[in-house]
Amino acid sequence: MWKTFKNGIFSENPTFVQLIGMCPTLAVTTSLINGIGMGLSATAVLVLSNIVISLLRKFIPSKVRIACYIAVIATFVTMIDLLLQAYIPSLSDSLGLFIPLIVVNCIIFARAEAFASKNGVLKSAADGLGMGLGFTLALSVISAVREILGAGTILGYSVGISTPATVMILPPGGFLTLGLILGIINIIKEKKGGKKS
Amino acid sequence: MIMKLVAISLTAIFVQNFVLVKFLGICPFIGVSKKVDTALGMGMAVTFVMTLASIMTYFCQKFILVPLNIEYMQTIAFIVIIAALVQFVEMFLQKSIPSLYSSLGIYLPLITTNCAVLGVTLLNMQQEPAYGLIECIVNGFSSGLGFLLAILLFAGVRERLEFSDIPKPFRGFPIALISASLLALAFLGFSGMKF
Repeated sequence: MWKTFKNGIFSENPTFVQLIGMCPTLAVTTSLINGIGMGLSATAVLVLSNIVISLLRKFIPSKVRIACYIAVIATFVTMIDLLLQAYIPSLSDSLGLFIPLIVVNCIIFARAEAFASKNGVLKSAADGLGMGLGFTLALSVISAVREILGAGTILGYSVGISTPATVMILPPGGFLTLGLILGIINIIKEKKGGKKS
Repeated sequence: MIMKLVAISLTAIFVQNFVLVKFLGICPFIGVSKKVDTALGMGMAVTFVMTLASIMTYFCQKFILVPLNIEYMQTIAFIVIIAALVQFVEMFLQKSIPSLYSSLGIYLPLITTNCAVLGVTLLNMQQEPAYGLIECIVNGFSSGLGFLLAILLFAGVRERLEFSDIPKPFRGFPIALISASLLALAFLGFSGMKF
């Protein structure tokens, strides 16, 4: 169980290792608070849909499973969307279109197909939580870098950069940050591998 | 009217490019852009489905969701429509236009989970003042063209990257993302922003 959970955060991190779910990763990471909000919303959907799909895995005919997964996921996304609109309207405004678009986030599909449809309820919930927190962690790293360099703030507090590079919170900065982070991860991996051998 | 449509179309293709400015449809943009001809196939399939989906969801919104007062079901209804539409388009093309099917075939199932398609249908409904049918069609089609343009340009760049000498840790995805960033920087020029 613990292993399944840790798996999602580090060795199979959806963003940095599997490279799925890129759209929200790049689009909403303009500030740390947005990144965390998006990550936690996706985590909630992921855990709930994993639990339900795992419960229903013996009843869903394999031919129509994709349609069933879509229905389950879309239901939870709608619930989260309405809850955010009601209780955290500011976050709902800044994430905007990307909340309903969690429906087509490949991470959730991938976990439903690859894990929840084959494993028990508790294990699927742990997997959903691990993957979700891995996604949240990745979004937090990217958005923290972008917010510090692009706006000169972190969670709205100034970090003392007098002329922030606005381009970092604009679309090109998103691609650039993710590309550089992936490159740095590769360098670290290479160094670790070199030490072992 | 015509001026408005031209404005919608130019905005969707250049100023608010779906991939490079709005970050929708990044998965296929990175996943199927290794070769120019596969990129062209994917771009055409997306344009086609986006246009059809814009029409279908417009009717669904106008004649089902609004009269029954269940607009909050929008996300669920639209994703079901898109999934069904993709299936039908696939079957129709297979039966009647086999040549087009064989060139688009493998990309069609992937489109259901392309957030650009769901994105354009949801955006169509959020416009102020509300879009009519023709505006929805034009917006859907030009957003698709914007996607096609971005993925074609990117595939061209990536084909060149194959032959260049890149530091080892940056080969593959990292350098692809960094080139996408430069492409996005170029598209930022259309928005006329001041830094």
